[in-house]
Amino acid sequence: VSTTGRRVVITGIGVVAPGSMGHEGFWEMITAGRTATRRITFFDPSRFRSQVAAEVDFDGRKLGLTAHEVFRNDRFVQMAMVAADEAVADSGLALGAGVEATDPDRVGVVLGTAVGATMRLEDEYVAVSDAGTHWLVDPQYASRFLHHALVPSCGATELAVRFGASGPATVVSTGCTSGIDAVGYGSQLIEDGDADVVIAGASDAPISPISMACFDTIRATTGNNDDPAHAARPFDARRDGFVMGEGSAVLVLEELEHARRRGAEVYCEVSGYANRCNAHHMTGLRPDGVEMAEAIRLALDQGRIDADEVGYVNAHGSGTKQNDRHETAAVKLSLGPTAQQVSMSSIKSMIGHSLGAIGSIEIAATALAVQRGVVPPTANYEVPDPECDLDYVPNTAREQKVDVALSVGSGFGGFQSAIVLAHPTRRTP
Amino acid sequence: VTGLVVTGIGVVAPTGVGVEAHWSSLVRGEPAIRPIVGFDPAQYGVSLAGQVTGFVPADHVDPRLMVQTDRWTWMSLAAATLAAQDAGYTPPEDAYATSVFLAAGSGGNEFSQHEIQGLWAKGPKSVGAYQSIAWFYAASTGQISIRDGYKGPSGVVVSEGAGGLDSIGWARRVVRRGTPAVLVGGTEAGVTPYALLCQATSGRLSTATAPEDAYKPFDRRASGHVIGEGGAILLVEETDAARARGVERVWGEVVGHGATHDAHHHADPAPDARQYARAIQLSLADAGITPDEVDLVLADGAGVPELDALELEALQRVFGGRADPVPVTAPSSFTGRLMAGGSALDVATALLAMRDGIVPGTAYLDDPVDAPGLDLVQHSRAQQVETAVVLARGFGGFNSSLVLRRPTEERTS
Repeated sequence: VSTTGRRVVITGIGVVAPGSMGHEGFWEMITAGRTATRRITFFDPSRFRSQVAAEVDFDGRKLGLTAHEVFRNDRFVQMAMVAADEAVADSGLALGAGVEATDPDRVGVVLGTAVGATMRLEDEYVAVSDAGTHWLVDPQYASRFLHHALVPSCGATELAVRFGASGPATVVSTGCTSGIDAVGYGSQLIEDGDADVVIAGASDAPISPISMACFDTIRATTGNNDDPAHAARPFDARRDGFVMGEGSAVLVLEELEHARRRGAEVYCEVSGYANRCNAHHMTGLRPDGVEMAEAIRLALDQGRIDADEVGYVNAHGSGTKQNDRHETAAVKLSLGPTAQQVSMSSIKSMIGHSLGAIGSIEIAATALAVQRGVVPPTANYEVPDPECDLDYVPNTAREQKVDVALSVGSGFGGFQSAIVLAHPTRRTP
Repeated sequence: VTGLVVTGIGVVAPTGVGVEAHWSSLVRGEPAIRPIVGFDPAQYGVSLAGQVTGFVPADHVDPRLMVQTDRWTWMSLAAATLAAQDAGYTPPEDAYATSVFLAAGSGGNEFSQHEIQGLWAKGPKSVGAYQSIAWFYAASTGQISIRDGYKGPSGVVVSEGAGGLDSIGWARRVVRRGTPAVLVGGTEAGVTPYALLCQATSGRLSTATAPEDAYKPFDRRASGHVIGEGGAILLVEETDAARARGVERVWGEVVGHGATHDAHHHADPAPDARQYARAIQLSLADAGITPDEVDLVLADGAGVPELDALELEALQRVFGGRADPVPVTAPSSFTGRLMAGGSALDVATALLAMRDGIVPGTAYLDDPVDAPGLDLVQHSRAQQVETAVVLARGFGGFNSSLVLRRPTEERTS
């Protein structure tokens, strides 16, 4: 909990998600229950077990990036830049050189990513190894920007440079909780007084042969290749793994008084954030959900929020057998009787699982749900699973005033994260 | 304000495995920059690196875990164990009371190159089950948490070379929010063919073939840097919690941290060193001290003339007003640049300097550049160190500064 009394609000949202453009397109799509999962087009997937993904039809040049920016940056950085442009414009903040409104030294950057520039690293490896025929790689075929690709902090650098943000900057890489953790860390920077504004979010672009292959071998991804549009089925009894996705969401986090002084429109407050580890297994989850429940309880506690105030849970809901069971148990354990009434949905049913990015995309969805009083559904939900017996908002969005919402995530390495968003008018009961 | 102390250090570095082996190399003035072994680097225009030669992974890592993980994680697992042993730390009953918050830079390079090569040469089925957990940047943090049963709020930060210091900055936030013990720092294992090629595109690697010519921070003949592998993991604890468990030895206190970004260019440093100086000033203000109170600066020491000049400019901005020049040393010259692992190792080195009252020199610093108001340390020497500043920069414009102080008990006794 903030010891300084400084509170953090979200004042800008930018989204690059499959099947849509910008945060309004994204919101329209997920509340319509439309899915963006399809047979992979980026490469020929026929030799792979899982051949489905949620791809973004993304062209950085058409979305305002320069030719240099596209040339030197992996797709994950490009998507983060586009999402950040939208978020900053949406916030109405004047950032950059020569602008007096916000002190650039008080603007920070926290970008999450699970796998960074994996796509460019693989593409370049194919060139320099002549498609895997040489262990010693040939430098004459290499891009000059491979150091940028090797170390994903280049993504935070691009955002810092773009907005002249000379406060603290970092990349957070905690696997599939990176997107929640990035927003959580960004909030802590503001709470602790080290920044007034933080450009925080996450981005991942993992739809590449090596990523698909490594999830194939552990059967984490869906084998439902015959019906790509309905392949992601969180909480449904027929679920058989997640659908790989890609994308980015970036938020403008702002200290409450800073936002008030400039009359900014506030989506919601970031009221609490916590993460814990299960110390159990790199990929496996115990069915009891104890550590995720602990993260949820602590996040609520930070915001001094009672479990019965929670109206919506944006679930991790990856659609693997064990995750959805684990998460259902964690929500029951942490929210108690409220779990039976709470609306809980997984937008991965529509836009897939973009690894580290998805946490921030889900926070964007949750913030919009709180602001607009509409809860997005879980698509493709038809056959209930006795082990997943909560209200998953099947297939149709729901009008519902939400004062307090949770967004949760779970990732390889055992990471469990939870963040609490509250409506700006929420009053302590 | 919550106090934070370093109670354990684990080193796996080119200069030695274990804190004393590393320290002894520095004090004796024996750099570990040598011709690369394991593969022929000739075509990359680079022939030297700081490799960890005395490390036998099987002595530190369970064989079942070894096959699931990259060399980078082996070194992290070993360093974490060494740090906990050094601290006399046994996991408390409350599993949530310990966190792992490391810096990463390049992930599981060798493991991943092998799997990508197999994928493209032989097809998707050649990719093994462990690629999904061995390569990604959170692999070492996750494996330590699982092996040692630490369930506290764990994290991974990437800010290239600044990461080791930044992980300590983030650990302070973790401690402030109620978790008393955090493993920080990190290791790196990028002396592999593809990772070397990637690093070479930075344009900052020295092409020299003799160690004495290759990585010479602050020397007139500086021509770039040499890469290295390894690093350090440290256990930091909330002061009262460390005392309550009866800790026998405190290495030092973490009293200040500051981080900024140049926000100037995707690769080149800002030409004015303003943000670098500001990071140092933030850390001093955070520690509540003036530049006069600093006894030693452990510099980033990029070894690239332009970057060295900017670092000296930043130091002159902060320390230039002192009556006596501040001693500045660059111990990374002994190991090569270890990316995320390097700044963590420099923290270990600073604490060793405090313990023994010895300031290590800068390897191969034969002909120092002019640095008015600064005292560039060429050779190790005896000097009391009460307060040290450790600096690090990350490619792209990350600046980080950490202030350490000798433990109070020792100072007053």
